Amino acid sequence: MNSMLLILIPLAGAALAAIWPDRRTRPLLLPAVGAAHLALCLWLMAAPAAVDPAAWLAFDPLARAILPGVSLLFLVCACYAASYLRLKEQGNRVFVAALLLVLGLLSTGHQARHLGILWIATEAVTLACVPLIHFTGTPRAFEATWKYLLVGGTGIALSLLGSICLGYASLHGGGSGDITFTALLAHGPILSKAWVMTAWVLLLVGYGTKMGLAPMHTWKPDTYGESPGLVGALLAGGVTSVAFTAILRVKSVIDAAGEGAMADRCLLALGLFSTLTAALFLLRTRDFKRMLAYSSIEHMGILCIASSFGSAGVWAALFHVWSNGLTKGTLFLSAGNLQRAAGSASMDDARGMSRILPHNSRLFVAGMFAITACPPFGPFFSELLIVRTGLAGGHPWAIGLFLACLLLAFFGLSHVVFAIVDGRPRLKKPDPAHLRETAGLVLPPLALLAASLWLGLFTPAILKDAWSAAVLQLFPLP
Amino acid sequence: MSAMLDLSLRLLAWLVLAPLVPGVINKVKAWVAGRQGPPVLQLYFDLARLWRKGVVVSTLASPGFVIAPAVAWVAVVGAALLLPLAGAGAPASFDGDVLLLVYLLALARFCTAWGAMETGSAFEGMGAAREVSYAVLAEVGIITAVLTLVVQSGSISLATMFAPLPGPSSALLAVGLFIILLAENCRVPFDDPNTHLELTMIHEVMVLDHSGPPLAMILHGASVKLMLFAVLLAQAVLPLSELPLPASMGVLALAVLLTTVAVGLVESLTARLAFRRVPLLLTIGFLFCLFPLLLTWMGDI
Amino acid sequence: MNDYLNLLIGLAMGLNLLALGTSRLPVLIRAVGAQGVLLGLVPLVLEAHELDWRLVLITLATVAGKGFLIPGLLHRAMRTANIARELEPYIAYIPSLLLGAGATIAAVALARHLPLLPEHAGTLHVPGAIALILTGFILLIGRTKAISQVCGYLILENGIYLAGLLLIRSTPILVEFGILLDVTVGIFVIGIIVDRIQRAFDSLDTRKLTALHE
Repeated sequence: MNSMLLILIPLAGAALAAIWPDRRTRPLLLPAVGAAHLALCLWLMAAPAAVDPAAWLAFDPLARAILPGVSLLFLVCACYAASYLRLKEQGNRVFVAALLLVLGLLSTGHQARHLGILWIATEAVTLACVPLIHFTGTPRAFEATWKYLLVGGTGIALSLLGSICLGYASLHGGGSGDITFTALLAHGPILSKAWVMTAWVLLLVGYGTKMGLAPMHTWKPDTYGESPGLVGALLAGGVTSVAFTAILRVKSVIDAAGEGAMADRCLLALGLFSTLTAALFLLRTRDFKRMLAYSSIEHMGILCIASSFGSAGVWAALFHVWSNGLTKGTLFLSAGNLQRAAGSASMDDARGMSRILPHNSRLFVAGMFAITACPPFGPFFSELLIVRTGLAGGHPWAIGLFLACLLLAFFGLSHVVFAIVDGRPRLKKPDPAHLRETAGLVLPPLALLAASLWLGLFTPAILKDAWSAAVLQLFPLP
Repeated sequence: MSAMLDLSLRLLAWLVLAPLVPGVINKVKAWVAGRQGPPVLQLYFDLARLWRKGVVVSTLASPGFVIAPAVAWVAVVGAALLLPLAGAGAPASFDGDVLLLVYLLALARFCTAWGAMETGSAFEGMGAAREVSYAVLAEVGIITAVLTLVVQSGSISLATMFAPLPGPSSALLAVGLFIILLAENCRVPFDDPNTHLELTMIHEVMVLDHSGPPLAMILHGASVKLMLFAVLLAQAVLPLSELPLPASMGVLALAVLLTTVAVGLVESLTARLAFRRVPLLLTIGFLFCLFPLLLTWMGDI
Repeated sequence: MNDYLNLLIGLAMGLNLLALGTSRLPVLIRAVGAQGVLLGLVPLVLEAHELDWRLVLITLATVAGKGFLIPGLLHRAMRTANIARELEPYIAYIPSLLLGAGATIAAVALARHLPLLPEHAGTLHVPGAIALILTGFILLIGRTKAISQVCGYLILENGIYLAGLLLIRSTPILVEFGILLDVTVGIFVIGIIVDRIQRAFDSLDTRKLTALHE
């Protein structure tokens, strides 16, 4: 029941936002709902309830390992949104409602224990993001939305096809065609191998598109580049994590069907390819929001690499979901501020931002160091863990390539970031409203950076327990 | 002796009946347009008139100018004779005669193009180029259709290869062969036999400079070819071999008449296609022939 | 029963080729709509012996959505955008047609090698689904006009719907969810219309969506 509340509270909030009459007070619904959601999440996390194996929706260990992080990210973004929307003259009814809808659907997706429910949540979240991406209403935003829908829609379609194939694998193997994960895991050994492999490829491509793995990543730079910063933060930290959960859940079924080695190889290859592609594109991008998109692709690749290293790797991947999500949040929110002040996201136009927005520039630089895995932030520890797991698992070449990509990514990111921060300001049309660094716009990214630091230095035991429980759920002891 | 008699009767039937086909087409067109139109036997009058006339030969032309139409005519009539006529079977049959049929038609086309080039006129060369480039695409369709029949019957002899096809295949094949018939015989929508603008002609432009008996041979050969395709279409699609002889002949004649009327209706109701869209229609015709082949090949899916 | 099924799916596969070969958007939209109606009738044929209200509801929703609502929206989008032809596709019509024919052949050949339950083997059900999906991809990749791409997506989606019908006895819920894909299409089209109304966006050519590139 409590797990249903996680879904119903945001949905009720969305409905309320849709009928809320006042434009100025409507954004305040966001932090209110976000806080309620986070509180409920933390409470459920601290006192985990037993999960009915047959339930279609439940706050199971995997949801417990990721959803609180998403909820935290949402709350911070919600606080930011309240200040951000105050700067905007345009109506925010659709924007606020869609944001809350996204939170509800993210909760659904993370808690889904039924392949169909998981798919429907991902599909709905894709659609709910459309008004968010199109919020600025520029032709470039329309172009980005179109690409997002076309590529994302195709990915979604393929993942439905994969779900159908997995159902057929169960049916063909003599099962009932029941596609709850519990039933699929139980039927694991009898699933029809050919259909399981077809399903894995389709689901990996489908959900991989939502995650933004190369070569299905083409929507990502455009979407992140053209949507408001907080939407980018939610997409990079929230929506992608649902797709990652989906891949983890599906992979446990593939493991049960005895094709785990093949699935690991797929994940490793796709992960390395994404990391390499992103690192190479990072070297030549000149736009700092597109840069963040490529960085996100890189980190999705890292998640895939980590999850191909067995149970210890998945533990590290769950850690990385948190550290990446929170750190990316810092970067996206401060990048949004910088872009608004500079009137452009290109390093050709935005220069010397440290003189215009000193606090944001500092945050942006610190976030850059954090995301490129400099100690003592969260990503350093999670990536260190991934490297150690990989070496222990006997993948020295993969780890070598991975580290080389990290180095390239560092070059690319630092090049862009310092080009923006340093130098003499060149502003097109200075707008005083956009140049003020109000607390509402600076504190949220700072909070996320602090969370990332805290996560790295003092990883709470409750989180470690949650991740271990999730790993145990995905890799049940024989 | 009876073999000789049979052969002569068939030859006579092809030679005498063929000019009726364009006559019927023209009558249908006239009827749809609400005109009286030329008599059905008009082509016979034309042929007789042309046969009596002399030949104008360009000083540039080699003897090929006269030989080519003759060879083409003999090739088409020879191809027609290879074709079995429903229950009556074929006068001569051997394994692979279907290939000979295809090659005889190709020879006829080669000779027509050759005769056209002999005049040294740019128009005729252009017409020959168009005719040949369409033919390349249409021939793929013919060969696919023939393959369908070969796979279905397991025989590569014309006399035995017209085995009945299952319903959907035969419907698809009928459409495909009809499109090819239109293309091969230069009818609308591929070419307009009545056009008066040389630039847009295909077949007609090739024979502009021919006169007298060679022109008669070309016109008569064209009518035989049209009838040949109509007969081929009817036999490929309809299960004629299962009927007794008289009934099958009757059905065959009726089917050829229907095809002819259909050609006339198509010519009345559609306009010719732009040149660049012709390959698309020929590809569609090819696909219509390809899918029966697949259906036959794959068995009962 | 299998004969009716094969007839419906065979016609739908024929419409694939029509969709690939035509340059006129109204023809394309009508082909996709007709395909939707044909496929909408498939559940009735599959489950002819045990009809219930749920099945009838699925059929009605599918036929209405795929056959009438979305084609209607597409027609409207086409009129607002004031275009009727796809003039310079990335993949021209003859190559598309040949690719489509190749995809159909590949689908039939592939389906013979897939392990299928006895009740699904020997019909056009699985080959049809594969052929529709591949055709959808050819259109999505090969066309430049937004409306043609949406039609390609619709054909892809029709293929997935057909594949979902394999599970209609065991997991009917997946089939019902598949209807939600139509909502995606609806949003595509509404997007086109709304955008067209808001701003003059000449000819809705996706090749003009090139401001964003690396």
